[in-house]
Amino acid sequence: MAAPITRSISYALPTLRALEAESIGIIREVAAEMQRPALLFSGGKDSVVLSHLARKAFAPARVPFPLLHVDTGLNFPEVLAFRDRWADEQRLRLVVASVPDAIERGLVREEPNGSRNRIQTPVLLEAAEANRFDALFGGARRDEEKSRAKERVFSFRDEFGQWDPKDQRPEVWSLYNGRVHPGESIRVFPLSSWTELDVWTYIAEEGIPVPSLYFAAEREVVDRGGMLYAVNRFVPLKNGERSDVRSVRYRTMGDANLTAAVESRAADVHAVVEEVASARITERGATRGDDRVSESAMEDRKREGYF
Amino acid sequence: MTDLVRFATAGSVDDGKSTLIGRLLLDSRSLLDDHLASVERVSRERGDDYTDLALLTDGLRAEREQGITIDVAYRSFTTPRRRFIVADTPGHVQYTRNMVTGASTADVALILVDARKGVSEQSRRHAFLASLLGVPHLVLVVNKMDLVGWDQDVFDAIRAEFADFASRLRIHDLAFLPVSALHGDNVVDRSARMPWYDGSTLLGHLERLHVSSDRNLVDVRFPVQYVIRPQSSTTVDYRGFAGTVASGVLKPGDRVTVLPSGFETTITAIDSPTGPVEEAYPPMAVVVRLADELDVSRGDMICRPQNAATVTQDLDAQVCWMDERAPLTPGRVYALKHTTRWVRAKVTDVAYRVDVDTLHRDQEATALALNEIGRVRLRTTSPLFVDPYRDNRATGSFILVDEATNRTVGAGMLTGSHGT
Repeated sequence: MAAPITRSISYALPTLRALEAESIGIIREVAAEMQRPALLFSGGKDSVVLSHLARKAFAPARVPFPLLHVDTGLNFPEVLAFRDRWADEQRLRLVVASVPDAIERGLVREEPNGSRNRIQTPVLLEAAEANRFDALFGGARRDEEKSRAKERVFSFRDEFGQWDPKDQRPEVWSLYNGRVHPGESIRVFPLSSWTELDVWTYIAEEGIPVPSLYFAAEREVVDRGGMLYAVNRFVPLKNGERSDVRSVRYRTMGDANLTAAVESRAADVHAVVEEVASARITERGATRGDDRVSESAMEDRKREGYF
Repeated sequence: MTDLVRFATAGSVDDGKSTLIGRLLLDSRSLLDDHLASVERVSRERGDDYTDLALLTDGLRAEREQGITIDVAYRSFTTPRRRFIVADTPGHVQYTRNMVTGASTADVALILVDARKGVSEQSRRHAFLASLLGVPHLVLVVNKMDLVGWDQDVFDAIRAEFADFASRLRIHDLAFLPVSALHGDNVVDRSARMPWYDGSTLLGHLERLHVSSDRNLVDVRFPVQYVIRPQSSTTVDYRGFAGTVASGVLKPGDRVTVLPSGFETTITAIDSPTGPVEEAYPPMAVVVRLADELDVSRGDMICRPQNAATVTQDLDAQVCWMDERAPLTPGRVYALKHTTRWVRAKVTDVAYRVDVDTLHRDQEATALALNEIGRVRLRTTSPLFVDPYRDNRATGSFILVDEATNRTVGAGMLTGSHGT
């Protein structure tokens, strides 16, 4: 039953290029069908790859939608600098929704544990409403977290931004349904089928810049319950704690007070690809205090309108 | 270079689908330690006797609480030979639409049966759906062989019964495998307890399936998705038609015809995400440039002059109905999406409803309720450019959307006997 060799070789798309094609198709579909899309940009590798794919999707024309960043006020300074440089180089409009500003205005209140993970959701929803965004691209991948594994590529949100996992639109073939009533919206996940390793392999192949925190360097860290946190103004040493200098890197770019580093010698993108290929712990499990809260931490945040 | 293979799993409640996927991930070393540790912890807390691998894919709280799968879950894993994307689809009767969702893009469908129970109504339904959705490869996985004493007679009887049913379906490639997902026999590692079975393991079978010849490389179909016109002084003359190749191979220099206008022109260049290319084939996302300035917009289709899609407003299709709120009935109008084109469509006739267990056609039927499948005729407000679904999954499929609720309520597969 084997087909002629020449045919199967010349017309087979490598996995990474098949994933790229799928993502670009999704991005174009949103631009064609939705009124006012925006791309949620954190400066993390997934959103950088997403933005890179958006540029390819419309080249040589410009990307027909802006970036939206929800700034928790707890970002790594390197990531903010990267964000501004990226938007500038890509000639993209950058919309920033500020959590500290929202706290000041009384829209949200600081949580006792200092995490701004949940309170960023109302800020995101407010910005989406103010800008009348009816589609928000996110860099989430299905391999990241198990509630994400259940999510559609076009994920419907009601007028409160809520996700109802039990009542999702069937998504058949690649016939995406982005029809919404005013006030409702969709979240779109073009990287759904990608894995962490795909993202890094693609970054390496395409030579895409990412924040320097992703690469190993000697950093002052404190060990808290097996998680290594960089000591900085968001994570000051507590009484009795001792820090030491180790070669670490970050696998995700969450809030500086919640995102842990991992010990690593991977100082460039090729070393990172090798490291990720042999990793035994998922990126969120290794580095995110916020997902350790409960089995359903991510699902609960998503239901409220989080990405 | 690996290739990408998508498979969907289907089976009744308790047939062990999620456990099987967990086993595939675990034994192919695709599972990372913290995911496994969290599953072991939850299993222990619940008092399970063994680690419940189903917890790996049952990600929603309600699923973990009730021990069931509610929605399609997608997982990726990679072996040295292939990259796999798994759609784990729930088996409850009321969630058949999820099987349609998972199977619509699948290269392979795995249908699980419990060795103790044999071929059930659900297994027949799933096989029918897989064949209806044109999944090229079907694997009947006879699970829980441990609970029937690894008995060859049990396996042979199930195989015979299923083969008899399957002979009435359009299935190109059918395989049978005896496994125990719980213990791992014949999933990734060969079973020592079923020496009478000399076929491949499930993973071995999936790694060797020949899927690249399933694609249609003959009929050029390029639905225009988005028109790229840069508003800058350096690229004033640039006009590109972006889209994903549905089928066929496009090359610069090819004579093409653009539907619906029927105008002919020549492809001057094809731009891909990696730069200009000499050939574009499915599933590439490219930008096609044409020699003449034609009026081409989203929803149009580029074909070859001697081999174009059928232009029609009359559709004849098998429709799977997915709406729990209202049935499909003649006279109703829906929004319809086909390739990159939205039209409105009125149901003109329900010809028959298929009993998915007996394959009997009920000609008296006048409506399709949730999870029912039937032959439906529709008239669209403007022409579509279509092919029979069996020849072309991309140009032979459509969805129906309720105009009031915006919900996706139907999935349609064109039969090929549409009018002109």
